[in-house]
Amino acid sequence: MNTRPGLYYSKEHEWVRVEGDLAYIGITDYAQESLGSIVYVETPKVGKAIGKDEVLGVVESVKAASDVFSPISGTVVEANESLQDSPELINEAPYENHIAVLKIQDPAELEQLFNDTQYEEYVKSQGA
Amino acid sequence: MDRRTPLYNVQKAMGAKFTSFGGWELPVSYSDILKEHHAVRNAAGLFDVSHMGEILVTGENALAFVNNLVTNDILPSPYYKAIYSPMCYENGTVVDDILVYKISDTSLLLIVNASNTEKDYEWISSHSDGTVNVQNLSDQYVQLALQGPKAETILRSLLGDAELPGFFKFMEAELLGMKVLISRTGYTGEDGFEIYLKLTDEGADPECLWNGLLEAGKEEGIQPVGLGARDTLRLEAALPLYGHELSDTITPLEAGLDKFVKLVKDNFIGKEALSEQSGNLTRKLYGFVMEDRGIPRNGYEVLVNGQKTGYVTSGGPFPSLNQNGGLAIIENTGLKADDKIEILIRDRSCAARIVEIPFYGKKYKK
Repeated sequence: MNTRPGLYYSKEHEWVRVEGDLAYIGITDYAQESLGSIVYVETPKVGKAIGKDEVLGVVESVKAASDVFSPISGTVVEANESLQDSPELINEAPYENHIAVLKIQDPAELEQLFNDTQYEEYVKSQGA
Repeated sequence: MDRRTPLYNVQKAMGAKFTSFGGWELPVSYSDILKEHHAVRNAAGLFDVSHMGEILVTGENALAFVNNLVTNDILPSPYYKAIYSPMCYENGTVVDDILVYKISDTSLLLIVNASNTEKDYEWISSHSDGTVNVQNLSDQYVQLALQGPKAETILRSLLGDAELPGFFKFMEAELLGMKVLISRTGYTGEDGFEIYLKLTDEGADPECLWNGLLEAGKEEGIQPVGLGARDTLRLEAALPLYGHELSDTITPLEAGLDKFVKLVKDNFIGKEALSEQSGNLTRKLYGFVMEDRGIPRNGYEVLVNGQKTGYVTSGGPFPSLNQNGGLAIIENTGLKADDKIEILIRDRSCAARIVEIPFYGKKYKK
């Protein structure tokens, strides 16, 4: 399992990278590894307001569809369209390929998320 | 706790990822589902399918007894023929779909689905009038499936000049020093074999058989294959999976298995109900492919002319066709290829079209 320092992590295995008032959101290496080959990604519509823990998108492996939950609230300012034709990018580089970018509504929500070492401990405690 | 096959340890050591299926802990993938899928289509794959059940029916009346339980007609088949058939309830819905190995008129080996083994054993035993002996031998068998265009070459390299069985036939053979039953059957839409090793036979060594086949197929590009690719392969070939296309609420006629239902046969369980339904179907299994983006999955609703009239029984990506699609039971028996339907994917209705099945059909020696 790979993590990156400087990112925030959720219990649902999403990561958040903050740049100014924007949050880039993707799924973790642990998540892509558990899913296996990703064959389809559904990204949210630009302009949509999404609450914390609401569905941001869907990632589908060969076997099943999994919801991606937004770890924070915000408005979608960009969806990563390159995933439409190349969903496998998430398998290849999960931290370089975000699913969407949100304009952060409440920076305080970030403080409820894990940092990289806390997330690693969390995954281990889940028996992974 | 889920049961494990005798090959669990060797698979674990190979790095397999496991999943729970039908009461068993089985490899879902060894490396990558798509890679395993393509290996079977282009070279060869080895599956551990020891979870499948084996029920032996013996006795003077065994042939007639089994023939009464299944919808297909096993009387005309020669010995050493494997016969696919649904096994139905009186109301025509399905107990299980099985393979009957006709060893002789007094000995038939039935291969049943893992999750149905107990239920089938009870069902079959309950119809015995005491003149046949029904034994659940599932714990005594390891079953491996060697599938793909290179399967014959690989098996031949181990068997020498022995003549291999033809399509849906089987034989007894000695393989890697072990007595086995080899049948030319499978669940992938490819040529291939299913190999049965009885653990109680002298010298039976499942790990040695598994490793020996992988070793023999190395140069041909053999891959161990898990349940993930088993499902994508069977779906492309439109082979039914019990619990999806067949169940105790679906009849074989609704599932399009007419050619395995011999209504002209003297008698069999479910004949009356199926005869009545024949020609009066109100719903049917169809194959479809997506035109819009999106992956159909089991349980998604199907719309025809804007009306909800069915559901997806199995769906997913078709890795060999670069399409997404599936099978669906639709309450409309008049649809034809290229007719437009819609699949409800997360409340969004997505365009799809009816296509002929199988989705993937390969020509190989039958």
